[in-house]
Amino acid sequence: MIDSRSLFALTYLFHLTQELDTIAEIPKEEYVLKCTSACAGCSDSLTLRYVLKAAGPDTVLVVPACCTSVIQGIYPNTAFNVPVYNIAFGAAAACASGMSNAFRATGKKTNVVVYAGDGGTLDIGIQAMSGAFERGTDFLYICYDNEAYGNTGMQRSGATPLGAKTTTTPAGKTDLKKDIDAIVAAHEPPFQATACAAYPQDLFKKVQKALTFRGPSFIHVLAPCPPGWRFSTEKSVEMGKLAVKSGMWILYEREYGQLSINPQSKAAMKKPIPLEEYLAPQGRFKGIDPKTVEILRQRIAKNIQKLMAEEMAP
Amino acid sequence: MKKIATGNKAVAEAVKQVKPVVIAAYPITPQTEIVEQIAEFVSTGELNSRYIPVESEHSAMAACIGASITGVRTFTATSSHGLLYMHEMTNWAAGARLPIVMANVNRSIGPGWNIWAEHTDAMQERDTGWLQVYVSTVQEAYDTTLMAFRIAEHKDVLLPVMVNLDGFSLSHIMQPLDTVEPGDFIPPIYLPHAIDPKNPAGYGGLTGPDQHFKFRWDIEHSMRDSVKVIEETEKEFAKRFGRKYGFTDDYLCTDANVIIVAMGTFGKEAEVAVDLLRTEGIKAGSMRLRWLRPFPKLDLKGRDVVVIDRDYSFGNGGILAKSIEAQTKEEVFSVIAGIGGQEVTYEDMADFIRKRRIGEELWFGVNNHV
Repeated sequence: MIDSRSLFALTYLFHLTQELDTIAEIPKEEYVLKCTSACAGCSDSLTLRYVLKAAGPDTVLVVPACCTSVIQGIYPNTAFNVPVYNIAFGAAAACASGMSNAFRATGKKTNVVVYAGDGGTLDIGIQAMSGAFERGTDFLYICYDNEAYGNTGMQRSGATPLGAKTTTTPAGKTDLKKDIDAIVAAHEPPFQATACAAYPQDLFKKVQKALTFRGPSFIHVLAPCPPGWRFSTEKSVEMGKLAVKSGMWILYEREYGQLSINPQSKAAMKKPIPLEEYLAPQGRFKGIDPKTVEILRQRIAKNIQKLMAEEMAP
Repeated sequence: MKKIATGNKAVAEAVKQVKPVVIAAYPITPQTEIVEQIAEFVSTGELNSRYIPVESEHSAMAACIGASITGVRTFTATSSHGLLYMHEMTNWAAGARLPIVMANVNRSIGPGWNIWAEHTDAMQERDTGWLQVYVSTVQEAYDTTLMAFRIAEHKDVLLPVMVNLDGFSLSHIMQPLDTVEPGDFIPPIYLPHAIDPKNPAGYGGLTGPDQHFKFRWDIEHSMRDSVKVIEETEKEFAKRFGRKYGFTDDYLCTDANVIIVAMGTFGKEAEVAVDLLRTEGIKAGSMRLRWLRPFPKLDLKGRDVVVIDRDYSFGNGGILAKSIEAQTKEEVFSVIAGIGGQEVTYEDMADFIRKRRIGEELWFGVNNHV
């Protein structure tokens, strides 16, 4: 009889070997070329690097106003080696809807991938996204979430967590982060997931998997942002790992409504690291009120409980 | 084939014949019949298009943009608030050089809620880079919708075209309609800048001042080139199908010493006013403006001009009257009438001509001095 602890260790080992396998699987082709104008330590470009490696060359990116509009370069140059269609802030999912329908109607299998920030997803773009999901549009919507309006200089968004300072919440945000994943889940897409470029194999696999489904899929990627979150540029990957280990970010996927939580997050959910380890290195949480930290902690516990219950449910 | 149809159905009929690959639309009164009819065609298989029932007009235009950039034919229809809601995207469509065709059923703007005809909706789009044409009969709505695709998709144009028809007074009235077989009058669409994953390119990314300025000039250049494309298309249409159209529809203008200028159904009604005035010995003529963009050169020299605007630019004047004054360097009698669906009869129009006061502005029925 194998005890639960050993089972967990075995699962983790199995997962590790799988991860090693996928490192070998990740294609060497680069679609995010050198000389983007991204900030040092940018998670947006790191995420996109794996997204495009997974999606491959027969892919069109639809990009609303966000950091990616800026980092792709200035006309007539482009740093991305797939077609990129830039569109107005609130219009990405609707544009992708038209594009996907046109491709499918003309027998083309080209991947249509929306690559949007949190503002373009949770705020101004939410209506178009909801519509596209409801209509069963065959596309992948990726929200890379740096928890604020990044390319305009870090104003608060619906994704900014409680207590975080932005230029429009100079004393710290007084509202909670909007639960976009629950909103997306309510549309019952065939596939949805969370990810973070600190776990590139996981991100790569989820993008690959998402693109095998007909209909809409959604991946919400946490994108730690050195200038926005005010941490040192070499720590982007570390911040992503701390987010997962503290339970602030939980890695999972939901396939036809069936939730599977990643082993890394399962471990963190059982025994999260102290939240302060995640908050302390970030200038945006400097001077955060202990009561606010307590609310954040309670939110984490509630979220963990909710997801565990969902996964356990028959 | 001869039949009876409403203005809305005539538009839908033309759309069916040119077979857009993607149609994305959101319903709004009085446009609804167009999208209902198209949805019906798609559902029965008479039209093999993808009909995307989007959740807003902003998304309707965004979806048309996304489809059009793959190189396929697209169509949408809207009205009033719907048109204004998609304003950001109408600019995008023109800037992205996409030959999208849209029917706009002209309707007033709230508040208060008013669903009747007025041109202010489309007039507010006049600087976006769309070609704009205003029609006056069911037959013309059909013929012009067909021609709109050929003009928009012409290599020297590649700009979107808006076909305007008056809410209710044209969209919902029934008139005879003679449909044609367009055949190669509508050639297959070819978009030189269509997305091609084998030749990746960036579209609409960051663009510096010099390049951006140049792209705006390119739009104006094509707008100017569209004049000959419109003329050629209307000529070819007349040759093949027997019905003649132009930038303006002139009625008894040659010997007229007073000309009334209007758009849409008012322009047609004005012909009846002219007939009435001619029986009184008044040498009146009617010039119905079809194309607002590109704005044509109008021959009005030496005549009194009465302009009916079914629109207004607050703090400036009737938009059509001001445009004509700017072009002819002569003052006109500017009549603001038909706002919010106000009824204006040919007798009223005859009165505008009889009692004209060149250089003045009249808000018909409001500061009524005629």
